[in-house]
Amino acid sequence: MARALINVPPKAKKGEIMAIKTLISHEMETGYRIDNVGKQIPRDIIKEFVCTYNGQEVFRAELHPAIAANPFIAFPLMATESGTIAFKWTGDNGFSATESVQITVE
Amino acid sequence: MNAMRRSLLFASPACGGGRERSEAGGGPCVKAPEYPVSSRKYGALPLPHGEMEKSSAFRGAHTFLALLILCMASRTLAAEIPLAERKSGYDFMGRETRAMQDDDTANPGTLWVLDGEVLWNRAEGETNKSCADCHSDARTSMKGIAARYPAYDAAQGKLVDLEARINLSRTEHQKAPALAFESKALLALTAYIARQSRGLPIELKDDARTRDAIAAGGKLFEQRQGQLNLSCAQCHDDNWGQKLAAAPIPQGHPNGYPLYRLEWQNLGSLQRRLRNCLSGMRAEVPPYGAPELVELELFLMWRARGLPIETPAVRP
Repeated sequence: MARALINVPPKAKKGEIMAIKTLISHEMETGYRIDNVGKQIPRDIIKEFVCTYNGQEVFRAELHPAIAANPFIAFPLMATESGTIAFKWTGDNGFSATESVQITVE
Repeated sequence: MNAMRRSLLFASPACGGGRERSEAGGGPCVKAPEYPVSSRKYGALPLPHGEMEKSSAFRGAHTFLALLILCMASRTLAAEIPLAERKSGYDFMGRETRAMQDDDTANPGTLWVLDGEVLWNRAEGETNKSCADCHSDARTSMKGIAARYPAYDAAQGKLVDLEARINLSRTEHQKAPALAFESKALLALTAYIARQSRGLPIELKDDARTRDAIAAGGKLFEQRQGQLNLSCAQCHDDNWGQKLAAAPIPQGHPNGYPLYRLEWQNLGSLQRRLRNCLSGMRAEVPPYGAPELVELELFLMWRARGLPIETPAVRP
């Protein structure tokens, strides 16, 4: 499974805007390149990234071939309640990766 | 404009080595540190502009250029960079790229370091031993190792870099097949080991058996080569801080390898970088693991002595 790095503060105050940062290892092969014998290298990209906060979707991104390898996705999120922030990446060739972190909101 | 290009291509031979330094008079004379390399100058090489000089108009331009070069004498004629002026490639990067390197969770190199940690603890080969079985915790046993490699290996009777050292341990002690150059596994293990030296200054051991190799690497660094007839030193000693097209020319120090290069979208070794430069100079590119590449690696580490290790660094 792909390795992912998540940076979410473990604690936050209610109403605070947090910076959520995610990084996942993925080739993001565009599908437009050819190998050294002239054969097209098939596309292999992450197509979708979804973040849920206690089960509710709070952020979604569509990824396309122009996005670099090992996509880094960062976004702001308001801390509302303690619980789980979960991340899911899905893509070509049945690619799927999930991560989740716990957060305490005071 | 292209004055800088000219100084790169024409200035050094036109200046004929150290002679202009005394004629320039007021210019600060840069004192070379003790170099194991015999004094390096470009003077012996022929001038590439013989036919152009026939035109008097060009002669005027040439005089202007010569004056310009004299003004820049402290830079264009500078030999080795004084130790106090040595700067990591980090200092030439933009704010965003620095931020990427500084934050481990934003630095893609961390992905390889974490993979390397898994490989370090994984039993491999006929002996079914992991790196950790002999070396235990890399955080203590591998601290400072990357800061003093390449080093002389007595058993092999040759110079080995960190990648070669890892492969020797695999083939000799784990009885496992050597990992291919630039394979994900070898990069991950190298990054994990070199990560343990982060922040420590590069300090090669004073070893009589490597002095000749440092000198040989230094000679290659100063050797004009390839269709562009350039040497490494012309950019990285004489014109660092200037620009090549839009990109700043760094001093070319090896203190962050293996590093994540945004252009590569991948982690890469120092040898990959060197082959990349040589190919850019339209010079013959030695294969991975070639002795001349390892000598060049050693020379660069010697040249960068004192700079802290940044592995895994991020570079544009």
